[in-house]
Amino acid sequence: MAATTTPPDAGAVPPEAIIERFDRVERIAHWLNASLFGVVMLTGSILYIGQLSVLFGNREIVRTLHVYCGLAIPVAFLIAYSPRWGRALRRDFARINRWSQDDKRWFRTLGRDRNVRLGKFNAGQKLNAAFVVAAALVMVGTGSIMKWFEPFPVDVRTGATFVHDWFAFFIWISVLGHIWFAFADSEALRGMWRGTVTARWAKAHRPRWYEETTGDHGDLTE
Amino acid sequence: MDGTPVGRRVFFGILGVGAVGVLWGAKAQDWLEKAVAPLVAKDGTGLSAFLPIGRFRIYTVTGDLPSKSHSEYSLKVGGLVDSPFTLTYEALRALPPTKMTKDFQCVTGWRVHEVKWQGVLLGDLLDRAGVKARAKAIRFKSFDGTYTESLTLSQARRKDVIVAYQMEGGDISAEHGGPVRLYVAPMYGYKSIKWLDTIELTDQVEPGYWEHYGYDVDGWVGRSNGRDDNAT
Repeated sequence: MAATTTPPDAGAVPPEAIIERFDRVERIAHWLNASLFGVVMLTGSILYIGQLSVLFGNREIVRTLHVYCGLAIPVAFLIAYSPRWGRALRRDFARINRWSQDDKRWFRTLGRDRNVRLGKFNAGQKLNAAFVVAAALVMVGTGSIMKWFEPFPVDVRTGATFVHDWFAFFIWISVLGHIWFAFADSEALRGMWRGTVTARWAKAHRPRWYEETTGDHGDLTE
Repeated sequence: MDGTPVGRRVFFGILGVGAVGVLWGAKAQDWLEKAVAPLVAKDGTGLSAFLPIGRFRIYTVTGDLPSKSHSEYSLKVGGLVDSPFTLTYEALRALPPTKMTKDFQCVTGWRVHEVKWQGVLLGDLLDRAGVKARAKAIRFKSFDGTYTESLTLSQARRKDVIVAYQMEGGDISAEHGGPVRLYVAPMYGYKSIKWLDTIELTDQVEPGYWEHYGYDVDGWVGRSNGRDDNAT
């Protein structure tokens, strides 16, 4: 990796230095959301898969848990997004929205192009984030139609069930992928757990973000 | 911040897909069922059962899956009748069978097309017990110990209401309410009580389990619960 071959005089930041990646609000929001997603995905599976329904029974309780944890997902998000606490989160959302030329190249080559210089997030993370936020809203909307169905015509109820089922399928894929990649890179996972990464990691994996945060423009062997 | 706002486009794109799906999902589902059902039927892995296409959802209201073997099972017919009786599973199977192929429609929206059912006409069992004059309705109980249902006497005597012991050409599995369940063809699924073991004639309709949670007692498909599905 580039960072390990960087000569010692290249920059003022030692490779073992600690850089903040996610602030406390972001981490609390992330793990709160992760827990809620966990509950909603598991209870959803119990409601949906016959063998699990049969195993767990208690349909009323499972359904109540599913509905109210689902409704809590945007609430947790709104709290984190409030003007008072959510500065870092809003900034990251702006980052996730914008794709640079490097992001596009990274996406086209699925990360294999070593000349790509990334910012704080790679294009996969950006795509996943945009998908999950929108999909969560779609789930809250269609789930609400399923729960409070009286005012809706039958075709809309059937449509909502249809969308809810299929979106659940894709959310499962997205979340499992997210967890897979987190465990594949323990330092990235630590970034969300303790909030910090080493300068070495940042320089190697997210060079543009590293420069932006540390102001260190030292030579990077490419 | 520079760069293309791909994130925003993906976000609104997904919201759009969701909205279109809600509006057109019912049609898409019909189409999918016709297109994919033949493939699903040939799927040996069973994985396709997880796809949201033409499938039963298994509902139980108690903590576990009620189950009884054929030899443990018995059906009681009693209440306001002249001669109450109890049938073993074998005795029920020995009665003249009624077969029908009809849809199963759930009040929450899903529908399974053209399910093959076989059982004994409920009306035949009532005749055998001899219904007393002051009996007006029937109360059904499940051996799950919790679920109950009801029908009026005239509903119960319809030719498309059976005490079913076969589904899709085989024994009814425990998940689907076996060994014996009710199948009330013209009504929503919650009327077709699973794990049926007691049929009791009563002098008035006593609302069943889901009816205490607001479902209509007369659960006609397409004419109750604020729905307008095609009749089954």
